[in-house]
Amino acid sequence: MSMLEIRDLSVTFGGLHALKNLHFHVDEGEIVSVIGPNGAGKTTFFNMISGMITPTTGDIVFEGESLLGLDPSQVTERGIARTFQNVRLFANMTILENVMVAQHCRTDQRVFGALFQTKSFKSEEEAIRNYGEEVLSFFGSRLVGYRLDQPASVLSYANRRRLEVARAMATRPRLLLLDEPVAGMNPRESAELTALIGRLRSEWGFTVVMIEHDMSVVRDVSDRVVVLDHGETIAQGSYDQVANDPKVIEAYLGRPVGSAVADDEEAP
Amino acid sequence: MTATSDNLSMLEAPGINWRRQIRFALVGGLSSVFIALAGMPVGLDGRNIIQPVLSMGYLALLWVPFVFASLAGSVVILEGMSERERDAKDLAAGALVGLGSSAGLIILMVLIQNFNLRDPLVNWSPQLLDLLSFDRSTGLGMLLWLILGTTLGLLGGAMHVVPAKVRSRILAVALAVLAVSVLETFLTDLLEGFGLETLTDFIYYKRGGLEVSGAIVVAALALLIPLLVGSKIEGIKTRVVEMPSEERRRVNLLLLTVGAALMLVLPFFLGKITNELLANVGLFVLLALGLNIVVGLAGILDLGYVAFFAVGGYTTAVLTSPNSPGFSPELPWPVALIIVVVLTGIVGLFIGAPVIRMRGDYLAIVTLGFGEIIRLLFLSDWLSGWFGGAQGITNIPGVDVGIGTVKGTDPRSVFLLVLVFCAIAIYVSWRLEHSRLGRAWMAIREDEDVAEAMGVNTTNTKLMAFVVGAVLASFSGAIFSAKVGSIFPTSFLMLVSIIILVVVIVGGMGNIVGVIAGALVLIGVLGGPKQPGLLQEFSQFKLLIYGALLVWMMLKRPEGLVPNVRRTRELHQEEFLQDAWLKGEIDTDDDEDSQ
Repeated sequence: MSMLEIRDLSVTFGGLHALKNLHFHVDEGEIVSVIGPNGAGKTTFFNMISGMITPTTGDIVFEGESLLGLDPSQVTERGIARTFQNVRLFANMTILENVMVAQHCRTDQRVFGALFQTKSFKSEEEAIRNYGEEVLSFFGSRLVGYRLDQPASVLSYANRRRLEVARAMATRPRLLLLDEPVAGMNPRESAELTALIGRLRSEWGFTVVMIEHDMSVVRDVSDRVVVLDHGETIAQGSYDQVANDPKVIEAYLGRPVGSAVADDEEAP
Repeated sequence: MTATSDNLSMLEAPGINWRRQIRFALVGGLSSVFIALAGMPVGLDGRNIIQPVLSMGYLALLWVPFVFASLAGSVVILEGMSERERDAKDLAAGALVGLGSSAGLIILMVLIQNFNLRDPLVNWSPQLLDLLSFDRSTGLGMLLWLILGTTLGLLGGAMHVVPAKVRSRILAVALAVLAVSVLETFLTDLLEGFGLETLTDFIYYKRGGLEVSGAIVVAALALLIPLLVGSKIEGIKTRVVEMPSEERRRVNLLLLTVGAALMLVLPFFLGKITNELLANVGLFVLLALGLNIVVGLAGILDLGYVAFFAVGGYTTAVLTSPNSPGFSPELPWPVALIIVVVLTGIVGLFIGAPVIRMRGDYLAIVTLGFGEIIRLLFLSDWLSGWFGGAQGITNIPGVDVGIGTVKGTDPRSVFLLVLVFCAIAIYVSWRLEHSRLGRAWMAIREDEDVAEAMGVNTTNTKLMAFVVGAVLASFSGAIFSAKVGSIFPTSFLMLVSIIILVVVIVGGMGNIVGVIAGALVLIGVLGGPKQPGLLQEFSQFKLLIYGALLVWMMLKRPEGLVPNVRRTRELHQEEFLQDAWLKGEIDTDDDEDSQ
């Protein structure tokens, strides 16, 4: 059985169909890319899985249980974490605090523990801190050391993106939703992050669904590509299958033209 | 490209902006007229700062030319800019601003002499004219203002000509003299407790204010003490900062213990009035600490916070007073307190549950409404069988603590009780801020949607902030009703909520020390909604000064008197980032080439 299964899902905003009769599934251990032109409904799709938008019809089933009607925090607790397309860190909290707060739903100390500094409170704080540092050190030396206690706002753009991924990882998810993880990065940085996405699966055991415009990243890392246009799945399969699908080419370029997919790689 | 300061050329700060000087002169003139017509000079004339040279009334006008001139001359020096050489032109600019300020008063004097506008303007009076003309002829008065204004403006301008070190010395001396004069009641009380009446007699004039000789002594001390021991203190400070963290913690702990011990001993050396005053400050510290958790940490703008204070006060009254109209179990205060805390927590939940689903402006307005609803319920005829309506509940007994009774007639005991609860509140705020809950509050303040997506249950977390805040307010309410001995709905006006909020904002949102400082300055010196402060003469101008202070703080120092590092960063993010960039601390993408 697949890990995440989306059945016949539709979202309408007023008269606009943001997503129409969508069927989608992710198996455990897969890396799936969702691509599509601007306005295709990709981010809406993420918002819906993470509980920020309630679908009009249809069902989302994660590990055998429906996610409908859950708050975003409950969805995160079930094991789905996400990043945001326009980086939204807690800019005035330190880098370490950013990953510490993300472990909120995995910890349970309340007022009593904090006030009386109980043993379990102290050991939990220690564990939160250690796990936070462990997650941050996944990105090499960039986010650790003296950076730990700096506010997130001093980070460079690429490092903010990395911290976003780290923060999502810190919620201890099973499924990671990455919304354009390499947007705005230079080719070298994006190649590096592509390698990290592969390691997210092999070392951390995460299943990854990612929205991405950068076709070289999509080609290198994904097992399967799903193409959305106007809220509908128009194609899915391996990168090569999708790249040669006439419907996909039409969606991107407007009319069928031989093998024009190569242009896409410069398109994002 | 790496950003270091050496590849930036040093820019010189721009020269005098005469337009700005003239604007300040005009604003100075208008401010002087406004202050005069608001009645401050006449109303405050009775209070001496230095007898017989300077009264508070004159000070209310005289600060204008000086401060405005020095403000008009100040320039923001950015990193990489060099300060311009100041010269005689700056003095002239200062004098111009000073002249503008006094010109306003002179025009006002002419107008008062020739027209009668007393009907709409209560303070358009002969007393004001007499005061403005220094009890001499009007012509002479005008001439004197001209000279005074220009001189003070000149001095204000001169503050930028002298080196920064001298400037800070002068300011320190002026502040010291002012502070010693304002703190008269407190200091005489304290010195009397140590049996040092001769000293107070020497410094203070009998009917208020410093003696001239006393003022000179204070000024000399303020000048000499930093010169003699300043470097030593600096030395100790750097030594403490450089200590390993273990040792520094021990030093901090030691300081904390000494401070706490001093606070506990202090009430025994103080007289009734000062103890009373500090007890009032303490009640507001408790309230402000509670609101600080709600507003400062969790970012929920609660304008109806007084509701919890009222619930705490009324519940205590009902449970302990024999005169309680409906239900009168006459419990001892400590037992009642437990019920009060639980009940206020529940009320916090009930008010919080609908309110926290809203955000921003809507939330503020709804909390404002709930604050009023609670007060009106206590006032209503419907519940007067329980809470006595407008008659309130009287005859609330004091707190029996075994060795004595804490009651309003013995302010020392009240102050001690308040101190204990303040210590609890400080501990609670401090521990919670550095816990899982505190981090969740901060995350919600930063970005509620993202906090929710990162697994923080925002509803529960925000409710928790509401409940903790409510419990701290209920402590204050419980002590308040035992202290005053009777309780009426008029003690819980919306104004109280606003004043607590002003205390938190002025003191420094999100910072425990800041909140205490804010309460000391606002409640201790200016006075609370009904409680007199050290400057009792100020009571009728209290709200005016609160407002002016709030506006000024919002413009110039939105982070408060004692700022919270994080909040300062939030409010000055652009400057902070620019600064970090210029110092080369910022992380640039290009760094990664070297990695």
